[in-house]
Amino acid sequence: MAPIWIVLIVLIVVVAFVVFIYNGLVQRRNIVDEAWNQISVQLKRRHDLIPNLVNAVKGYMDFEQETLTKVIEARGAAVSAAQAGPAGAAASAQAENFLTGALRQLFALVENYPTLKANENVLKLQEEVTTTENQIGFSRQHYNSVVRDFNTSIQTFPSVLIAGMFSFRARDYFQIEEADAVVPTVNLRS
Amino acid sequence: MSVQPVPSTFFREIARNRRNSWILVLVVAVVLGALGGAIGGATGFGWGGVTVALVIAFFMSIGSYYAGDRLVLLSSGAKEVPQQETPDQYRQLLNVVTEMTIASGLPMPRVYLINDSAPNAFATGRDPKHASVAVTSGLLEKMDREELQGVLAHELSHVGNFDIRFALLVGVLVGSIALLSDWFLRFTFWGGGRRDGGDRDRGGGGAAAILFIIALLLAVIAPLIGRLVQLAVSRSREELADVSAVELTRNPLGLARALRAISDDPEVLEVANRATQHLYFVNPIKSFENRAKSMWDTHPPIAERIAVLRGLAGQFGQDPAAIG
Repeated sequence: MAPIWIVLIVLIVVVAFVVFIYNGLVQRRNIVDEAWNQISVQLKRRHDLIPNLVNAVKGYMDFEQETLTKVIEARGAAVSAAQAGPAGAAASAQAENFLTGALRQLFALVENYPTLKANENVLKLQEEVTTTENQIGFSRQHYNSVVRDFNTSIQTFPSVLIAGMFSFRARDYFQIEEADAVVPTVNLRS
Repeated sequence: MSVQPVPSTFFREIARNRRNSWILVLVVAVVLGALGGAIGGATGFGWGGVTVALVIAFFMSIGSYYAGDRLVLLSSGAKEVPQQETPDQYRQLLNVVTEMTIASGLPMPRVYLINDSAPNAFATGRDPKHASVAVTSGLLEKMDREELQGVLAHELSHVGNFDIRFALLVGVLVGSIALLSDWFLRFTFWGGGRRDGGDRDRGGGGAAAILFIIALLLAVIAPLIGRLVQLAVSRSREELADVSAVELTRNPLGLARALRAISDDPEVLEVANRATQHLYFVNPIKSFENRAKSMWDTHPPIAERIAVLRGLAGQFGQDPAAIG
């Protein structure tokens, strides 16, 4: 009778262990998905703002057609990249970077048009685009850190066993910039 | 699943502030209890005096914990900025606060505006879920976007590491004791003297003796109060909030420029007083009260704070000379 008990106890322990780790992995994956949703809401908002901005400045900037076209094209690429969801995070990040560059150029040009700079509608849109861009930047830091947690846990023992069994896959980072990794160090007790 | 506040200094500071808040409440209870004992002893009321004083201390603590932030905001004349259908001129302010809540993982605080042309800001509340951030209209006028972001990141750091809870308790508890002591001292030494005849006729010698004892006690307590206020906003506390702010914005120069601009500004914040001065981004009292330099000095010198930020600028690939 004794061996049956031992086998039973070992079995229960193993099952409990698997359940525990599996649940932990699911929880981490949900956190990653949640962080991605936050980013994608902001990306969508950014993509929606750009046509308005282009329309608002179009009348004033007849000679800068090239820049406007570039912004619109970059937006199109970013919109389609974002449709792939979290699986396409890396590609999406690249497209967004390109869009950021195009927008910078546009904002720099706006500086040359005093009437544009005084236009309240343009100013409002510019502020909205800026804050959305910043929010994407800050969400990205959060997203990357939860992705790092998730990836680490599915690559390390013992959770790697369970991750393999239930085919958890590592997630892409949303663009890693060196400056993001900096934690300011300062000695205040001196 | 809630998001944890980000900056690396938060955890240690949260524990410290929770502990300090309890110590403060205990100190206030002991001080009030002693006062009650003195009064009780002098009037023959005995331990009843201590009991009454402890009950007062209890309700004062509960009151400042739950309603102190409203009191502080009210006494500063702050008006809430609506987060729905926000007027255009406050859109940027709310946007920047939103950015900083995303960066720090904190919930969105209530945002208040103080109608004063002196640029300054403070945060208050008992924890991040019940937090408020107030800025002056002068801050909005005089800061550019990056500077505003630096100031708000600093304030949200105070929220994230529970500085706001301790500072709130200090402001309301210590503030009201300081007020009491001011009032008693004035009453016994000046007011009491002036109305000498009338008082003696009614209260007799006993009342004067009690007041004298209270005045003496308060004279002993006063320096302790000063020390507590200092403790509330020791230099390292402000500098830590600056560093945490940089961790959020990744832009030391924005914050440094804001500090420089605010300290160069000649305007004086009229709504600030002794009980609220330690809450502010930059000490608002300093400019008109010379005494502030010694005992009531609640903030490190601006130059020191800028020097720390200048040291950080290099780590973020910025040019330290750009602060000016």
